[in-house]
Amino acid sequence: MTATATATVDVSEPAARFRDLLAAEWLKLWSLRSTVWAYVIGTLVVVGFNVGATYDRYRYWTARNAADRADFIADGIAHQYAYTTNAGTIMMLAAGAIGAVAITGEYGTGLIRTTFAAVPARRSVMAAKVGVLALVMTGYGAVVAALSFWLSQAILARRDAGVSIGDPGSLRLVAASALLAPVCGLAGMAIGVLLRHGGAAIVTVVVVLLVVPLVFADDRHWAAVVDHALPSSAWMRLVDVRYDPGVGIPFPWTVGGAWTVFALWALGAAAVAVFAAPRRDQ
Amino acid sequence: MIEVNELTKRYGTTTAVKNLSFTVRPGLVTGFLGPNGAGKSTTLRMILGLNEPTGGSVTVDGRPFRDRPRGLRHVGALLDASDVHGGRTAAAHLAALARGNRIPRARVDEVLREVGLTAAARRRIGGFSLGMKQRLGIAGTLLGDPPVLLFDEPLNGLDPEGVKWVRGLFRRLAAEGRTVFVSSHLMTEMESTADELVVIGRGELIAAESLADFAARGTRASVTVRTRAGAALTELLTAQGGDVRPLAADGPGERFAVTGLSSARVAELAFEHRLLLDELTAGRSSLEEAFMELTADSVEYGATEQGAPR
Repeated sequence: MTATATATVDVSEPAARFRDLLAAEWLKLWSLRSTVWAYVIGTLVVVGFNVGATYDRYRYWTARNAADRADFIADGIAHQYAYTTNAGTIMMLAAGAIGAVAITGEYGTGLIRTTFAAVPARRSVMAAKVGVLALVMTGYGAVVAALSFWLSQAILARRDAGVSIGDPGSLRLVAASALLAPVCGLAGMAIGVLLRHGGAAIVTVVVVLLVVPLVFADDRHWAAVVDHALPSSAWMRLVDVRYDPGVGIPFPWTVGGAWTVFALWALGAAAVAVFAAPRRDQ
Repeated sequence: MIEVNELTKRYGTTTAVKNLSFTVRPGLVTGFLGPNGAGKSTTLRMILGLNEPTGGSVTVDGRPFRDRPRGLRHVGALLDASDVHGGRTAAAHLAALARGNRIPRARVDEVLREVGLTAAARRRIGGFSLGMKQRLGIAGTLLGDPPVLLFDEPLNGLDPEGVKWVRGLFRRLAAEGRTVFVSSHLMTEMESTADELVVIGRGELIAAESLADFAARGTRASVTVRTRAGAALTELLTAQGGDVRPLAADGPGERFAVTGLSSARVAELAFEHRLLLDELTAGRSSLEEAFMELTADSVEYGATEQGAPR
């Protein structure tokens, strides 16, 4: 065998590094114009929803005296305007769809074969994709959450009813809202890896992240368990700065529990993306 | 060097590739031939580890390709020119491939120049013609300067100048000592390019040998003659063991397709019997003839009636 295999072409190769794969995925992400548009529009829409709702409240202001204004803050309403439920819903949808398309775009075009032929270490490729998505989504979520908090409270401050980032619960609200993006983005990517088809993946993202929470009310124990295991419920628990387990909540849960749900979704989705994709024929 | 050993791939009840064994050696251009659906692409994907074989094994330079952490310095592969994202520019596509394999960015401009896409480097791939995509795909295979190169139907969509260029490139890569494995469903594409042939049909090996050996298998090479002494020539050639079929005439005299006799033998017989030939043409090449004959039984998607086969 060696007699015929006298290849005159020698292969000298530098050591394989994971950061090269991260850099490659980073290049791939930002070399698509649609990426920039998706994040710019995503930012404008979600921040716009929060600012718009706050401005509406500012225009039709009902708290006439200092006591009313104190109640407005004490009841957590000022915090609610920092990141409204509608804005959170749109963020989940946007992040989930962007995460799904990040991988289905590669399957749909056939690029995945070029990618895996260039880098046979498929798990490393997928880990790099997960890493880049998590990083960019966290940045995106943080910008949106910070802008929303700052703008909404600046508007409310003109009625002397804004809260500051130092107030109890503010930081948790901003952090949870920022991390909602990577959690849902990774969930979208995992769904994209399993389904490989853009349309089907986005529909599934909508069902898993937005429809399922509507189905499971938290008034019975088993339903509450399912409900609390969803990222949307965890986010709502974390941003609810005046959550009072004593009042009308049959199955209360803790902030730690909600953070755990966030972490498990992120880790579980990352594991699916890294370990499920390489096992199948491309 | 690529070593394919008893390779089998089944999809459900369909067997795409069956006990396939062959070796592709360095320093040569090896053509990988078979009719549409013969299992060429499936085999190439298994060589690259993209598809898992149901049975058997395949190694590239002694190792399964999938065991390599990075691929471009070992194998350059062009499976399908459209396996790219149309939203990226040619340069961005190659830059990302190079970065993941720790290949210097300067190499991107080099390979783009080599395939003649320098002017289109900053254009988005979505607007490329198939020929340009083929060139881009070829540029990708060259990035890592690999000892083994695989191409699946690389001539599709190329203009005549492009075809000539690609043939020259393959010859040069082989001359540099590289293993060059090129698939095609057309024998004519391989004739002036390949040294060796691997021919498959319905997923099974039909031949793995040199071009000359393969050509010798074609027993029914045909010769076209035109003559104004049709009846006499037909009688003569038939008597000498030839099979003479009339063809549509497009000039003076009658035209015939003769099989079973070489063009030299036909000329000799006509001369001996003082019959004037207005035209004598060695018909389809014996390679093409051999290919058609040997794969006739294994054409997966053939036209059954007088349809035009692809």
